[in-house]
Amino acid sequence: MSDETITGIIAPIRMDYRYTPGTATSLFLRAMKEGRFEGRRCPSCSKVYFPPRGGCSMCGVEFAETVPLANTGTVATYTIVNVNFANRAVELPYVVAEVKFDGADITTSLLLKGVPLEEVRQGLRVEAKWIPEEEWDYSLANISHVEPLDEPDAPFESYKDAI
Amino acid sequence: MEFAYTRSTGPVVGAFLTGLRGQKVLGYKASDGSVVCPPPEFDAANNAPVIAGELIEVGPEGVVTSWSWNPLPRPGNPFDRPFAWALVKLDGATSSMLHALDAPRDGITTGMRVKVRWADERVGFINDIACFEPAGG
Ligand SMILES: [Zn+2]
Repeated sequence: MSDETITGIIAPIRMDYRYTPGTATSLFLRAMKEGRFEGRRCPSCSKVYFPPRGGCSMCGVEFAETVPLANTGTVATYTIVNVNFANRAVELPYVVAEVKFDGADITTSLLLKGVPLEEVRQGLRVEAKWIPEEEWDYSLANISHVEPLDEPDAPFESYKDAI
Repeated sequence: MEFAYTRSTGPVVGAFLTGLRGQKVLGYKASDGSVVCPPPEFDAANNAPVIAGELIEVGPEGVVTSWSWNPLPRPGNPFDRPFAWALVKLDGATSSMLHALDAPRDGITTGMRVKVRWADERVGFINDIACFEPAGG
C-alpha cells in the first residue's frame, strides 16, 4: 500500500440504454437483419428516407410506402478524421462518408475504406460491405464500411439535394 | 455508454480518502464547535479554508440518523442484493455521512448503533468503507 496522499480519483459513470425503436426504425432494423436496405417514401414530396423515419420532416406527413434500396450509392460529402474518440479502436486517419444510397434522398454516415485519402471526393461511387451473414443483427453495424466501385463519379446534380 | 472521469480531489477530500485507506475516518472541527464528516473544503461558520492537516479522527462506530431501503440494487451499487442507504453520524461528529448499511430490513432502526466494515483492499476511495454494519452489543 502506498503512503502517498490521495490527489485524484477515477469516478466511472455508466448508463445502460434500453432503446424502443418505434415503427419506422423497427421495419428498418428487421430488414437489416435480413440483409436488405429498406427506406420509406413520403407520399407528399416523394423523397425516400434512409434510414427511414415515421414521417417527413419537410411535409409533416406520415410515411406509408416502403422502398427497397440498392447496396450502392454516392459519397455526398465526407470528413477525414484525425482525432479519435476515447476507446475507439479505429486506426487514424479514417474517412466518414455521408453516403446517398441509390434510390434514397438522404444520406447515411458510414466508414469509407479502400481509397487513398487524397482520392476521397464527393461523387465517388461506393458499395456497402456487410459483415459475415452469421453475425447480422438488428443493427446498422451489419455494414462494416463502404468501398469504392469501379465506376465514373456521379454528377453533382444527382446528390446536391442530399447535402 | 461509459465515462471514466478522472477528478482532482483537492487537499481536504484527498486527506479524507488517504485516511480511509489507512482505516481512519477524518472529520473537521469547525469554528462553531460542530464536527463535520466527511470534511468540507471551507468552514461554514466563518468561510475560512479548511486545513487538511487539522482534520480529526471520528468513528469508527456511529448511529443511524436516517435510512432508506433499496429493494432493487443497480449495477455499481455496493451490493447486488437488497440493502439500505443510511445516514450515519459517527461518534465524535455532529453531521451524518451517507453510505450503504448491510443489515436485514427488519433489523434497521433510526438510532441503531453501527460500525464501519472496511474493505479488504483499500485504495483511497469512498468504497474503502465497504459499508456500515450493526455494531455488536
Ligand atoms: Zn415530404
